[in-house]
Amino acid sequence: MTTAVKPVSFLHDKLTGAWGKNAVIGVPLTFLLIFFLLPFLVVFKISVSEMDNVVFKDLFVWADGVLQLKLKLGNYLFIALDDLYFQTYLSSLKFAAVTTLICLVIAYPFAYFMARSPADKRPALLMLVMLPFWTSFLLRVYAWKMLLADSGVFNNVAMAMGLLSEPVKMMNTPFSLVLGMVYTYVPFMILPLYANLVKMDLSLLEAALDLGATPWQAFWRITVPLSKSGIIAGSMLVFIPCVGEFVIPELLGGPQTLMIGRVLWDEFFSNNDWPMAATVAVVMVLLIIVPLALFNKYQAESTAGGRA
Amino acid sequence: MVTASTAKASPGKEGAVPFLQIRRVVKQFDEVFAVDDVSLDIQQGEIFALLGSSGCGKSTLLRMLAGFEVPTSGQIMLAGKDIVSLAPYERPINMMFQSYALFPHLSVWDNIAFGLRRDAMPKAEIQARVEQMLELVQLKAYAKRKPHQLSGGQQQRVALARSLAKRPQLLLLDEPLGALDAKLRERTQLELVDIIEQVGVTCVMVTHDQEEAMVMATRIGVMSEGKILQIGRPSDIYETPNCRFVADFIGSVNLFKGTVDVDEADHVVINSPECLHYVSHGITGTAGMTVHVAVRPEKMTIQPERPQDDERESPEQVGFNIAQGVIKDLAYLGSLTTYHVQLDGAATVVKVTHTNAARHDASQLTWGDRVYVWWCGSDVVVLTG
Amino acid sequence: MKLSAGQTTSRVWMTLVFVFLYLPIVTLIVLSFNASPMVTSWGGWSLRWYAALAKDTEIIAGFKLSLEVAFLTACASVILGTLAAIALNRFKRFPGRTLFAGMVNSPLVMPEVIIGLSLLLMLVSVQRAFGFPDRGLLTIWFGHTLLGMAYATVVVQSRLQEMSPQFEEAAQDLGCRPWQVFFLVTLPLISQAIGSAWLLTFTLSLDDVVLSAFLSGPGSTTMPITIFSRARLGLSPSVNTVATLTVAVVSVGVVLASVWLARAERRRAQEMSAAFRGAGG
Repeated sequence: MTTAVKPVSFLHDKLTGAWGKNAVIGVPLTFLLIFFLLPFLVVFKISVSEMDNVVFKDLFVWADGVLQLKLKLGNYLFIALDDLYFQTYLSSLKFAAVTTLICLVIAYPFAYFMARSPADKRPALLMLVMLPFWTSFLLRVYAWKMLLADSGVFNNVAMAMGLLSEPVKMMNTPFSLVLGMVYTYVPFMILPLYANLVKMDLSLLEAALDLGATPWQAFWRITVPLSKSGIIAGSMLVFIPCVGEFVIPELLGGPQTLMIGRVLWDEFFSNNDWPMAATVAVVMVLLIIVPLALFNKYQAESTAGGRA
Repeated sequence: MVTASTAKASPGKEGAVPFLQIRRVVKQFDEVFAVDDVSLDIQQGEIFALLGSSGCGKSTLLRMLAGFEVPTSGQIMLAGKDIVSLAPYERPINMMFQSYALFPHLSVWDNIAFGLRRDAMPKAEIQARVEQMLELVQLKAYAKRKPHQLSGGQQQRVALARSLAKRPQLLLLDEPLGALDAKLRERTQLELVDIIEQVGVTCVMVTHDQEEAMVMATRIGVMSEGKILQIGRPSDIYETPNCRFVADFIGSVNLFKGTVDVDEADHVVINSPECLHYVSHGITGTAGMTVHVAVRPEKMTIQPERPQDDERESPEQVGFNIAQGVIKDLAYLGSLTTYHVQLDGAATVVKVTHTNAARHDASQLTWGDRVYVWWCGSDVVVLTG
Repeated sequence: MKLSAGQTTSRVWMTLVFVFLYLPIVTLIVLSFNASPMVTSWGGWSLRWYAALAKDTEIIAGFKLSLEVAFLTACASVILGTLAAIALNRFKRFPGRTLFAGMVNSPLVMPEVIIGLSLLLMLVSVQRAFGFPDRGLLTIWFGHTLLGMAYATVVVQSRLQEMSPQFEEAAQDLGCRPWQVFFLVTLPLISQAIGSAWLLTFTLSLDDVVLSAFLSGPGSTTMPITIFSRARLGLSPSVNTVATLTVAVVSVGVVLASVWLARAERRRAQEMSAAFRGAGG
């Protein structure tokens, strides 16, 4: 009564085990190093390079037998001193912040009500929220153009109904930009909030009510603080991409709406000034580095667990 | 019909080479010693239980036997061969997990056959073996079902069948009855032992439930804080605990702290505030030593009047092993009544269990009654640790 | 009284938000049947734009390319994402873990203009040095995979977290070597998450504008790029038709998925009750 113990050498298995583990980590790591990290290094390098007819001069130059580092910091100085750039960065941050706030105001009650709906209705509701997400975002943003244009659906209908005598300018304004961004990013705010609220222990609220709190007080003192991680996650998922948004400002924004994403695009595609575009990108990254670190920290915490 | 190919070896046979030898095994996590220098011998065919509360190291020790943890130091020898360097899939050891861990995407049949397929067994043999296992646990009709279609008790039997399918040299059980409700647990305890003995496999189980250990195991090892405190048969552990922790952990016990007055080879007299103790056997110790006298509640007799001299176990014990007190609390449990008696002369409250042998036994005594509590010198254990 | 007021608020708010979410979609669908070329003035029902779409070679070519890229992206994202998810979930400590986690998660939120620009500049430098790769399908694929991988990792990782490690331990205990454990036990148990990740990354790639714009070359124009250029210039009926078709396909897909899921649930419930009826304990 013996079981067949395969006489595989322990060393062989240790090697294949280690090999397997290294491959699992190594393959994605290599991919990321090449396609995520390396590009950032290249961008930084280009932002401090001279550009001579789309050929980059080397950073390191032999001059008089000494290795010199030639950094062209002109672009950075330009951005720092130029008022327009400053205004654009500021404006991007402002629009992103406003969008995040409005998304939160819309999404929080929605996520709350969805989490409190009867359990059998929730999958259907979730599906309804996700469905627009699966249809092209480009097309949906475009649709707002049709709705908000001077001769668009809203204006036509309002005039036909006699509510307006002439069209209201809604298109190519800060209003249309924020509307477009809120529209696109609201699902990103709903999902983490919902995930958090649906897991909340309702007996905590009952305990609060039992101890004399009104429903309103219980909401602000118990529910909201406990959903903090959902609020942060959702806010980061909206704020950070909004700072660098391009498509929505391009389709729905106008000359008044300064967004740094458009500036970067124009520098690259229209002006062909690659070092400048690179500089704009580096500064943008610096701006979002704090929220980005916050987001990464949240991700690490929410996925903590995993074995040694 | 499964035949036991190894006879049920009586545990602790003199001179038998231990089947499983755990030699000075240590497991250290950062600063903590989860398993602290444990040595253990397990005989072939016995069911050995590691008993202790959570955090005592029993699960870590079990996982080291299975191969999921590697000891920081020490040896584990199975049939004379050190298995520490073997991966779990190389060991002739199988484990039944606490949560059963039945593969949800496979049927009962495929779950049981899973391990056999890894050994590249011929199809016909796999077929025969799986059917044998299904027969053993009486789940033949459920072969095609998936785990989520079974009740908790059925899932447990599948898990058992799966862990026995490869005819392992050692079977490990991790809290085998933890996931079952109380009624089912009672029935399953004995069924489980029957199956294991039928197959004749050596078994190490881990549990925090002393009743489970007492019912199922041939020998028990009581663990606390990474160390093994005592090893022995259930009766040994219960009647002859070697320290206060073990005495207190298994069942209930009354402890009297006192000093040794008389130390003879065949009897000892101990002086404690509650009463004088006469112990009918010698102890390893000296006069003047501080010791604890342990008496189990069921070994004590409670009655309203003083016992007659000739009721005592031996004439020397008159005046010893007897105390007076007041009933502070009682719990009527139907078949027995538990009395908590506050003894004169000390703040000690002893617990006395009285079997309600006659129908109106229980109504004799009530709160506040003055009573005598007495016991026999041979029913006492003296603990030095 | 409080309860019903709360319920009313709940329904009103949720309805308003749903209206907000679906209004543009409904508008697109309705106006795609608009006979009038003036997108915003109604000219009656017509299918002329669908007919025109069939002849729109630019969009059709773009669509084909987008499908190719999306398919390749989904496959690559799922493979890389699953590996990354396992690395993060099963190996608690390894050198460079924080950097690894940061790099995997950041594309989720990083503005696409930054990813697009940096990736392009890197690829151009490489091209200058080694003569390859040229901008085209391959480069778009790289960019989409970077983004897709981030999403796939999140989806698979959340499934791995729910999954008890005891299944894999049991497999090892029964004789499986590590790679066998992965293919026989882990993979089947996370297969649904992998499927969702595949669909998600497929959709994302199909829809992507910015990365594609930066990374495409002459002759490799994806459908979103075409639509975007047209949309920038003004309002175009072809966009509406594409939109409607997309919505139709997605809705059908989602409805089918829900029906299939509902049926699976009902079947499972029936099996459960049958099991317990015949259960002898």
